[in-house]
Amino acid sequence: MSEGIGARVLRREDKRFITGSGKYTDDVKNDRQCYAAFVRSPHAHARVKGIDKSAAEAMAGVEGVFDGHQLTGDGIGNIICGWAVTSKDGSPMNMGAWSALATEFVRYVGDAVAVVIADSPANAKTAAEAVEVDYEVLAAVVAPDKTLESGAPQIHPEAPGNLIYDWEIGEKDATEAAIAGAAYVCEMDITNNRVAPNPMEPRSAVATFDPSEDHYTLYTTSQNPHVARLVLSAFYQVAPEHKLRVIAPDVGGGFGAKIYIYPEEIVCLWASMKTKRSVKWTSDRTEAFLTDAHGRDHISTAKMGFDANNKIVGFQVDTIANLGAYMSLFSSSVPTYLYATLLSGQYNIANIHANVRAVYTNTTPVDAYRGAGRPEACFLIERMMETAARELGVDPGELRRANFVQEFPHQTPVIMAYDSGDFEANLDAAKAASDWDGFEARRSEAASRGKLRGIGMSSYIEACGIAPSAAVGSLGAGVGLWESAEVRVNPVGTIEVLTGSHAHGQGHETTFAQVITDRFGIPHDNVQIVHGDTDKVQFGMGTYGSRSGAVGMSAIVKALDKVEAKAKKIAAHLLEADEGDIVIENGEVKVAGTDKTLGWHEVCLGAYTAHNLPEGMEPGLKEGAFYDPSNFTFPAGCYICEVEVDPDTGTTEIVQFVASDDFGTIINPMIVEGQVHGGIAQGVGQAMLEQAVYDDSGQLLTGSYMDYTMPRADDLPSYTVSHETTVCPGNPLGIKGCGEAGAIGSPPAVINAITNAIGNNDLSMPATPSKVWAALQASSMKQAAE
Amino acid sequence: MSSLTMTVNGSEVSGDVEDRTLLVEFIREHLRLTGTHVGCDTSQCGACVVHVDGKAVKSCTMLAAQANGCDVTTIEGVANGDLHPMQTAFKENHGLQCGFCTPGMIMSAIDMVNRKGKDLDEATIRSELEGNICRCTGYHNIVKSIQDGASKM
Repeated sequence: MSEGIGARVLRREDKRFITGSGKYTDDVKNDRQCYAAFVRSPHAHARVKGIDKSAAEAMAGVEGVFDGHQLTGDGIGNIICGWAVTSKDGSPMNMGAWSALATEFVRYVGDAVAVVIADSPANAKTAAEAVEVDYEVLAAVVAPDKTLESGAPQIHPEAPGNLIYDWEIGEKDATEAAIAGAAYVCEMDITNNRVAPNPMEPRSAVATFDPSEDHYTLYTTSQNPHVARLVLSAFYQVAPEHKLRVIAPDVGGGFGAKIYIYPEEIVCLWASMKTKRSVKWTSDRTEAFLTDAHGRDHISTAKMGFDANNKIVGFQVDTIANLGAYMSLFSSSVPTYLYATLLSGQYNIANIHANVRAVYTNTTPVDAYRGAGRPEACFLIERMMETAARELGVDPGELRRANFVQEFPHQTPVIMAYDSGDFEANLDAAKAASDWDGFEARRSEAASRGKLRGIGMSSYIEACGIAPSAAVGSLGAGVGLWESAEVRVNPVGTIEVLTGSHAHGQGHETTFAQVITDRFGIPHDNVQIVHGDTDKVQFGMGTYGSRSGAVGMSAIVKALDKVEAKAKKIAAHLLEADEGDIVIENGEVKVAGTDKTLGWHEVCLGAYTAHNLPEGMEPGLKEGAFYDPSNFTFPAGCYICEVEVDPDTGTTEIVQFVASDDFGTIINPMIVEGQVHGGIAQGVGQAMLEQAVYDDSGQLLTGSYMDYTMPRADDLPSYTVSHETTVCPGNPLGIKGCGEAGAIGSPPAVINAITNAIGNNDLSMPATPSKVWAALQASSMKQAAE
Repeated sequence: MSSLTMTVNGSEVSGDVEDRTLLVEFIREHLRLTGTHVGCDTSQCGACVVHVDGKAVKSCTMLAAQANGCDVTTIEGVANGDLHPMQTAFKENHGLQCGFCTPGMIMSAIDMVNRKGKDLDEATIRSELEGNICRCTGYHNIVKSIQDGASKM
């Protein structure tokens, strides 16, 4: 069976995970290791009047107790946001200072003010409770609209009125004029609920300072270890880059939350220098809820105008995005360049305008969570398309079809240039797979059982593989978004690939190796993928935004091109043939049309013995490449959800979920389907179960799995997943990316289905049984009144 | 302090631990069997499931001292030979992604078969997985894995 591109190769990673041999950060245990416990603010907003460490310092096993004054005194820099967004008046964003340990003010519950280093986790936690912090409690604000009201508590002196930026995109006047002249206008207020990412492996860091070498080693739960090293050294001055090794071993899920560099990693590195001990911190789940960057949290008002032929003529959106108490690493880009640029959806819309105000509140920082801005855009568009179809009395699929972009490339009014797609193919495939046309019969049958059955769809598009670097740089990004690869061919013909991407569940070790197998025809087992260690791998940008296939594998392909070219030169020399006649296939290097053949390993060995190389050629067979994409990629698809609601309880069961996606070329369908399953589950979770809830004083009420509803197996259905492929023209393998699609496309499909079932369109996420029941009662009362 | 002796994965082990030591801490920190994971503080996630005297137990919810004299099996000791059929089924059905919840899932799945038999329907498996959380797979392939593994046990 083929092990190349398109094959369902079983994952090589699995052997270690199913046997308990995986190595995660918390599994690391060094000699003389100590443990960090953080003293965290119990208040959402307070002035720190004093910290008394004396009792804690005297406790058993305590190696040191440190506060923010000591941290800043040692020159450790503030945590930064790496994407500068400019307000529409030309002013830079208002970024408040964020110290890894707060000094004068705390701004959310969980803000760290001190750290205890002790010889056991229990002793560290016990001593942390003995650190006395004198707080002057201040008024707090948690809601994104309330924080902009006059008289709201001022959170950062740098951001007057708690406004970080007031940004816009598109043509305001033209859009307003188009909507004013529309035959029908759909208007909606839409909230995108705040959720907590919850990778199952809590964040963890193990930092070791070696005084003899002035060298630091950090094991950490990171999606991008090189970016972590760069930021830790260049911006936080924890250690010089060449004296800091960052290793992200097996990473137990990320979903965005493990992109950022958090206070805890900074403090562990610094504390390892202070104590000359290895320092470990592992988050417990409540700390994860309090400190892992949350996702979403938008409130929006939107208007979509249609002409008399049901064509969209204008779309205007006004959004307030809650970024929490501090600006996390990429937080500013999420509600701007990752959100408003996708507001054209799959549709041909001549006029779009979006205004986005990003605000501070006394809540956990908000940053990219699986989909990052694109789910918020998709939810707006697809809730409005469904609502418009209902109000216009037309089939929701046909309203979408009438507005689909049909020709590519397609330039939207909001930056993006869609390069490929076949949106009708996805729509038709999803309708067929869900037996859309047979729905009314199923609705009647459900009614006979006392159940309300509903169906809803969502036609999503997203942008992945954010690039090119020069373009994102011009939009404010502080980094380039290319990827690197090095292909090392060993003398015996086996291959190591060092990639700047890093997996946290995506199966790169399997998928990436398939590309090499496909190229040279050597066994999959003869390829090793190396990632996640800055001492082993050249600088790379890491894994997020569904970029590892489209960008990471493209870098590998570029390096393979160079390896192949050199191998062919060597073979042509050895076989006394023309270089252009050499082909490499099935592990052999041949002269086309002849019986002259060398084994792949013979050519590789020849490169290293260097006994008979072409004149002037260097020995060896190892090539590196950096790949900077020419454009974003645009995965798209159509999701259809069918539900049954119990009218007595409001309980909703998803009875069918169909996904038809276009991801471009698929390397391993088994892994891609798994990505879709997991993405849908997270989207369903947001739509029906999950919400990070704060009370008015800023206390997080959902700080554990007893309070925050994680989707369980019996909350979810099995999924019907299929693909309609148009190849991405922008990268050598034709890949679009698949990691986030499920989380982007599913929430509107779910809410469209439930609102269809209950006959009331006024329903917010998460659609819990109590909310659905209340909406159903409201709808019944309205009908009775009529 | 408590002195403990128990059988873990077929071998007798002993140690002196603080009374407050949890079974999962004893397994991970004292025995250095790190396949058993901790994913929450409140006994919901199931990443720490081991077998104690043949029954699935959340090892974050049991003191090490309570397991004194018991027969404990962790993910490292579940195979009789290369792989347990349930381990193989998780690999063959792509029942895992990041792998963090996987040891607990496999230990719970084996216990499920021990209690419910080999012929498990989807609804039963989903209901029985109430105490195990996965964030990666959406459970679709975990359910398939357990059905497959059960039939081969």
